Amino acid sequence: MGKKVAIIGVGMSKFGELWDKSLAEISLEAGMYAIFDAQVRGKDIDGLIIGNMSAGRFTGQEHLGAQAADWGGLGNLPAYSVEAACASGGAAVRQAYMAILSGEHDIMLVLGTEKMSDVNQSMAMETISVASDWEWEGMFGATFPALYAFMARRHMMEYGTTEEQMSMVTVKNHKNAVHNPWAQFQRPVPLEVVMNSGLLADPIRVLHSSPISDGAAGLVMCSVERAKEFTDTPVYIESSRQAGDTLALHDRADICTMGAVVSSSRSALKETGLAIKDIDVFELHDSFTISEIIITEDIGIVKKGEGGKAIEEGLTEIDGKFPVNASGGLKARGHPIGATGVAQIVELALQLRGDAEKRQVDGVEKAMSVNIGGTGATSIVHILGR
Amino acid sequence: MAEKGVAQLWRKIKAIYTIQGDHCTTCDTYYFPPRVVCPQCRRKGQLEKYTFKGLGKIHTFAIVRQAPDTFKRQIPYIVAQVELDEGARLTAQIVNCDIEDVHIDMRVRSCFRKITEYGESGIIIYGYKFEPTMKVTGHE
Ligand SMILES: [Zn+2]
Repeated sequence: MGKKVAIIGVGMSKFGELWDKSLAEISLEAGMYAIFDAQVRGKDIDGLIIGNMSAGRFTGQEHLGAQAADWGGLGNLPAYSVEAACASGGAAVRQAYMAILSGEHDIMLVLGTEKMSDVNQSMAMETISVASDWEWEGMFGATFPALYAFMARRHMMEYGTTEEQMSMVTVKNHKNAVHNPWAQFQRPVPLEVVMNSGLLADPIRVLHSSPISDGAAGLVMCSVERAKEFTDTPVYIESSRQAGDTLALHDRADICTMGAVVSSSRSALKETGLAIKDIDVFELHDSFTISEIIITEDIGIVKKGEGGKAIEEGLTEIDGKFPVNASGGLKARGHPIGATGVAQIVELALQLRGDAEKRQVDGVEKAMSVNIGGTGATSIVHILGR
Repeated sequence: MAEKGVAQLWRKIKAIYTIQGDHCTTCDTYYFPPRVVCPQCRRKGQLEKYTFKGLGKIHTFAIVRQAPDTFKRQIPYIVAQVELDEGARLTAQIVNCDIEDVHIDMRVRSCFRKITEYGESGIIIYGYKFEPTMKVTGHE
């Protein structure tokens, strides 16, 4: 129980369609901001881990660890990327957490990055769908939105969840993103616009879906013992837990529940000795608004089937009892796939430090992130404290 | 990806042309697609090839309205999870059915169709799609 690993610096690139910047440029931007924020020197850093899903397909470049270390002037330190589809960022944070906890590394730079706008929309859609079971889902015409539509359709039938409730998640997250300077969509969107937006795969509409984004996020992490050498306001990872599920959605008995989210969140809460009501702010993986609804249930904010009601009753609003996605979430901050899991931790660190400005939640002591891969085949949960 | 490698498709032709999977005789579970090991029994499992009857019902579905180039010509189309009568579930398109008529629990049967083709000189993928049983046989 208690503090395991410290986060001493955070940094972000702008999220959006960044036509004038390359993958390496946005990665370095986030990394340098994190290093400046931590007030460490480049030579203090002894390892670099990058969360990235598919730079090879999106940009044609792999071997991102070597590239970032080289371009960043970080010398010959160990550097590599990790991949867990949309949970690649969370996986990178967890890799660094384990490396520091083991004593193998002292001070690490963690980046999450993705450059999705260098390919056309068709190629982007194909690449996103390799996060699912491509040979047995995507190849037969099940686009990534269609897989989430599968879940939404069942959730609507079994629990009476409505299109309006799915749309209210969008409205909430856009409202929060207005105050997030890095967000791709810093603007509110009215409910009727969401409900009349184009259909991607019924019942999922364009404005129920996270966008195609470029962006990077960075953290400097170190051991708890050394944190105060660099900053007066470190935040701490108190638990990092991961669980898995079947790769293909059709292999799950219940597609309205993400079993990996249930088990990883339960085990993180158990490790910290906290109950869900003790968590003051959440970053939950809303790649589609139905996934925010499902995850709200699976981590225990509400019972199974009541996620739609939770958004309707304002439970997850920034001033509600369980603030979810004060940053704007994947929907409005943007979802550069590999960056997302790291950006979630950046937001929670700012919330814990009291540095979240106009989107600051009052009195944050404990925070939780849920970062999922594919349709929930990977779930990575972090609990942070001050 | 299949558009680049003929072998990637060729090696699973039996599975996608005839819906051939496995039956584990240890735990009496049917699997599709074919497995390397029984995920429940692992080393104690006994897998035998099994060709599914191709009958089942729709577990959930979506109407796809935006798709990559490989499926663009078919939009809007229905894609569904079909629960086969033997218990396994798979993902496939539903054809011979208006998008207004599809519903959860609709009885369907398999049919052999072109799935997609990768451009003018690329390979053509054939395999299973499903259609309502009512239309074809006149009874459930
Ligand atoms: Zn078995």
